[in-house]
Amino acid sequence: MRNLFPMSEFNLESASFKLNPRYQFQWEEAQQCHVLLYPEGLIKLSASAAEILQRCQQPTSTAILIDELEKVFAGAEGLADDVREFLADAQQKAWVVAASE
Amino acid sequence: MWLLAELTFACPVQCPYCSNPLELSASRKNELSTEEWISVLRQARKLGAVQLGFSGGEPLVRTDLEELVIEAKSLGFYINLITSSIGLTAEKITKLKKAGLGHIQISFQGSNRESNKLLGGTDSFDHKIAMTKEVIKQELALGLNFVLHRQNLHQVGEFLIMAQSLGAEFVELANCQYYGWGLHNREHLLPSQEQLIEAERVTNEFREKYKGHMDVFFVAPDYYDDRPKKCSNGWGSTFMTVNPEGEVLPCQAAKVIPGLEFPNVRDHSLTHIWRDSDLFNRFRGTEWMKEPCKSCPEKEIDLGGCRCQALLLTGDASNADPVCSLSPHHDEVLRITEKAQRPFQEEETRQLLFRNPGNAKKLTLEKPELANRVNLDDSGQLQN
Repeated sequence: MRNLFPMSEFNLESASFKLNPRYQFQWEEAQQCHVLLYPEGLIKLSASAAEILQRCQQPTSTAILIDELEKVFAGAEGLADDVREFLADAQQKAWVVAASE
Repeated sequence: MWLLAELTFACPVQCPYCSNPLELSASRKNELSTEEWISVLRQARKLGAVQLGFSGGEPLVRTDLEELVIEAKSLGFYINLITSSIGLTAEKITKLKKAGLGHIQISFQGSNRESNKLLGGTDSFDHKIAMTKEVIKQELALGLNFVLHRQNLHQVGEFLIMAQSLGAEFVELANCQYYGWGLHNREHLLPSQEQLIEAERVTNEFREKYKGHMDVFFVAPDYYDDRPKKCSNGWGSTFMTVNPEGEVLPCQAAKVIPGLEFPNVRDHSLTHIWRDSDLFNRFRGTEWMKEPCKSCPEKEIDLGGCRCQALLLTGDASNADPVCSLSPHHDEVLRITEKAQRPFQEEETRQLLFRNPGNAKKLTLEKPELANRVNLDDSGQLQN
């Protein structure tokens, strides 16, 4: 799909970041999933993507996210790697941006 | 699902390519009230609509816009404002953002002060620039829309450079479509193939240069394609337009099709209109098709194309869209485009009929049939 918003340059390991305020994040009853809304479009999110992005509505960091999610999903294997992989992709797509933006 | 809420036909801009009907409502007294619009929004959201466009006319003419945005946001819509920016101020942007507006699309009629005034009939270029900067400053998603036709296609490069220097994130270069005022002015709007190729070349060059910084979407005029575009992503599949007086349309142009009754939100629920009305079922899916669409292996891809174009160019809305090279009426499209293969000359601008109440009145008095339906002579030409 088209990359609608420019990617934000920041270090995922050290910087704090947040959900791009130009996306509207919400639960969508008709789709039975969380979605990201943007000008003239909608992205359906998987349950795990929603768990992460839900926690990005306020500035956060990779370490905080992993810590929080490990508490909620105790014993989930490879969780830290999955979160890192998702965030790298989310940064590429500009779903998350530097917290200062 | 998409709801396009056309809040008013009133508009300070006089675009000669406007798709609104030629007969402009002279008064605003039949417009839906705030309460009626709120009811429409609630019903549409229940039906599953999530994208909402406030358009017109010029939606900023409505003094209750902010109230409608607040209501729409509380219902969970993503809200797009489609505007000329006339009537917008920095304070209004702040208020609308706070109310929950997600995206503003500002339209330009020309790429510089003079041509924007000449082609849109308002001296609004500096204001559009100021408002574009303000929207960016206030961090709202912004789209710039440049409506293209033979009289401004050569300005694509200048427009893209301007958009980029302002910091716009996405730009839509949309060739105008030929409905309403646009159809009336088609002869002086349809570009030549040469103009189109050059504009696409400039656009691609620009895209390459600014990859990742600005997204450019180019909508080609379908008269030059050999397959048609789906009507609004499929009649009654995704889009619903509610016009200022409450009529519900499967697409913005559908009022040109004779013999259709347009259900009104004042008489029926949106659910009934969407699911059960004759209008929304008339061209839904593929059952209604005639040959060559009926047995065409591509029928699910384009769903026979645009019903309004089929009507306007073949006289029957259930024919294949004649843009399709398989249509027995395709020659008509070729005949029209053939006439457009002449270079653009500046004096042609004088031939355009601008959309304003004076011209609407003149047209209806001179040619009352134009107001209600479109007449075609034997060769398929519009009778002027």
